[in-house]
Amino acid sequence: MEMPQPDTHVMNRKAHIVQRLQKVLPESAVIFEEQEVRAYECDALTAYRCPPMIAVLPSSTAEVSAVLKICHEESVPVVPRGSGTSLAGGALPTSDCVILGVARMNAVLETNYDDRYIRVQSGRTNLSVTGAVEQNDFFYAPDPSSQLACAIAGNVAMNSGGAHCLKYGVTTNNLLGVTMVMMDGEVVEIGGAYLDSAGLDLLGVICGSEGQLGVVTEATLRILRKPEGARPVLMGFDSNEVAGACVSDIIKAGVLPVAIEFMDKPCVEAVEDFAKAGYPEAEAVLIVEVEGAETEINDQLAKIKKIAMKHEPVELRESKSAEESAAIWAGRKAAFGAMGRISDYMCLDGTIPVNELPLVLRRIGEMSQKYGLKVANVFHAGDGNMHPLILFDANKPGDLELCEEFGAEVLKLCVEVGGCLTGEHGVGVEKRDLMLTQYSQKDLDAQMDVKDVFDPKWLLNAAKVFPLSCSDDRRAI
Amino acid sequence: MNLKTETDVASYVSDAYADGRKLRIVGGGTRQSLGNPCESKAVLSTAGLNGISLYEPGALTIVAASGTPLADIETALAAEGQRLPFEPMDHRGLLGSDGTPTIGGVVACNISGPARIQAGACRDSLIGVRFVDGTGTVIKNGGRVMKNVTGYDLVKLMAGSMGTLGVLTEVAFKVLPAPETKAVLLMEGLTDATAIQALSKALSSPYEVSGAAHVQKGLDGDPVTMIRVEGFEKSVSYRIEKLRKLLASFGESSIEIDPVRTKTGWKWVRDVESFANQTGDVWKISVKPADGPKVAQKLPEAECLFDWGGGLIWALTPESTDIRNTLQGISGFAERVRGNTQDATPARAPQNAAIAKIERGLRTKFDPKVILNAGIMG
Repeated sequence: MEMPQPDTHVMNRKAHIVQRLQKVLPESAVIFEEQEVRAYECDALTAYRCPPMIAVLPSSTAEVSAVLKICHEESVPVVPRGSGTSLAGGALPTSDCVILGVARMNAVLETNYDDRYIRVQSGRTNLSVTGAVEQNDFFYAPDPSSQLACAIAGNVAMNSGGAHCLKYGVTTNNLLGVTMVMMDGEVVEIGGAYLDSAGLDLLGVICGSEGQLGVVTEATLRILRKPEGARPVLMGFDSNEVAGACVSDIIKAGVLPVAIEFMDKPCVEAVEDFAKAGYPEAEAVLIVEVEGAETEINDQLAKIKKIAMKHEPVELRESKSAEESAAIWAGRKAAFGAMGRISDYMCLDGTIPVNELPLVLRRIGEMSQKYGLKVANVFHAGDGNMHPLILFDANKPGDLELCEEFGAEVLKLCVEVGGCLTGEHGVGVEKRDLMLTQYSQKDLDAQMDVKDVFDPKWLLNAAKVFPLSCSDDRRAI
Repeated sequence: MNLKTETDVASYVSDAYADGRKLRIVGGGTRQSLGNPCESKAVLSTAGLNGISLYEPGALTIVAASGTPLADIETALAAEGQRLPFEPMDHRGLLGSDGTPTIGGVVACNISGPARIQAGACRDSLIGVRFVDGTGTVIKNGGRVMKNVTGYDLVKLMAGSMGTLGVLTEVAFKVLPAPETKAVLLMEGLTDATAIQALSKALSSPYEVSGAAHVQKGLDGDPVTMIRVEGFEKSVSYRIEKLRKLLASFGESSIEIDPVRTKTGWKWVRDVESFANQTGDVWKISVKPADGPKVAQKLPEAECLFDWGGGLIWALTPESTDIRNTLQGISGFAERVRGNTQDATPARAPQNAAIAKIERGLRTKFDPKVILNAGIMG
């Protein structure tokens, strides 16, 4: 992975910069010893590592502001970090950077059930936002798989999704406002606990900007009342094509399940070995979940089963109890872990138009043969967000590179059929160099123009999202 | 000038950029009086950019040229039992305008209706745009798939930017199945404060409310509070009964299930029809729902219609009174939607300095010579 040449002028002044940071932060919040900064050398994209020059752990918006002001004055690159669960290398440091971790900022600031929002510090984990309101039967809808660990800061940066976003939308649809610190230390409030704001939709462009426009320190999030109940049905089909057609028919029939998850045979086999979820032997397995009261669930599932029967499923299993529901989901939720047990893998995240599913799965199968690497497919079928897992051996020289080449070909295919490179993980460093397959230079210029406005010196997470060759001139300023 | 393609638009804007000629962008012309007066030397009409280029009911996505009449899109979707999720308002009655609303105009103004409380705004359903910036450069962002985090989300930035960052040429949406049936719970005679509490209780229930409004003067002149649920028939009848029980302490209620009457009733709210034939300025105010009654209290001379559970207030006020000073201390946003454009007070007030600086920076990048709807957003 090509990264910009570290700024030796910055690195030579490390002691001075540490000293300045220590003046605005408690001692324990400035980490600079070589052994200690190593803890921040990578995120969940562990193939790439680089210890930062310094890491700081501020506890308030005011401290974040003080840190950024110093870094701005000293022209030090800054990489914001939530919980470090990015699969795209969004929090990968450079050796001349300050990692700004928001993990200590995890307080709930305000909860308002009448107006249905919660305001939290951005280091709070996704699941603990729901945890803060579930005693009143409320929840925060976006549910990325990493929700136990991932921070709202990272969710906002990557516009994270999850299995249930077919019904509830992704982060951007559930974010009402942010407090953000600009690179020069200025604190801005954008949006709030109301729906329409004045002026341009800055909140919309900040969400998903991968920490390149500012450091979000607080977020106002929409919370929802929990549904009365939910129940999944498991279906097995003879082929990916048939399963794909079934998904399309369910959607066309006007049923909008809360989740439609798809797993192909290699994935099901791995999951069975690991989680013993009792999945059927089928080429493709779907989990369809609906919500509501008992009568509503029965009514919706009856409609879904009727549609599914037309596609002659090899198995159709409706959950009859909470235990059975848990068992149906156990396999899906364990999918990544099951894969991790067998092998190293790379998780892709392209989205495709739902109707292209059979074609794309077939082509991925052919590529798997060509590269000699196995692939398991697990994904959110309702919205076309695929997660092919390419298996490789990290200890085998050349295997990672081969895997990356394979991954790039899959993502190019996603774009070719009308989709995109990433549906919910973000570009980071991982997909940075593929951006020109989806966007023209002019399209990227328009996006980089936005960064110019928010961060004219290109100090914030600058080596991500845009191919270095595209951002060279701007970063040099 | 008859612009039929994106290339036509690009070359027209490019010429205007060369000359520094300020343009007024027009779709169907039904919302022209929204925003502040703008300076222009020529009109750029997108009406010739017409047609749905892609509609995949099985993928819940539709793509159309920006000048496509909204009605054409709604008809195409209805034929497949689908709809735009955000229930866009028709401004013609309220503003006394003519013409045919276009989808580009809907996006440029981020027009949403009562369903926003559940399904989000126009910007939440918008998944892709193509536009021509103020130099004549064609730019695309997003695409035709509903989950896409590839690069910055300029799609959202374009929604509601009122043409000031670029001329939209193509827009893509995720759509939703249209519900099999609807039911509305009606309560009469509630005060603003009690009504908003009832709406809040309904919206905090698990019964998936898709519309929550309170009108100070209903058709018969008395207050009416309306709560809508939609979906499959069994589910709707279950939820509306549950809501009726939940809200029993607020007083008597009735249930309306007649499809024509429910549709007409919500269109009446959506389009603020009750203000259409009354004189006075019309303001649109966005606050926390619980602050809704406070807004009305501070505006004793105004007639108010509350939507979005109380979070959106339409206020009919005496002409040429700037209500923003009166509302200071309540967080939110107020803009004048109808009024005398010659007024000294603008429809949209300036932003605070920090935000204004960012907005100015963005406009300078996307429209360096300030030729696109100059000044419309203040």
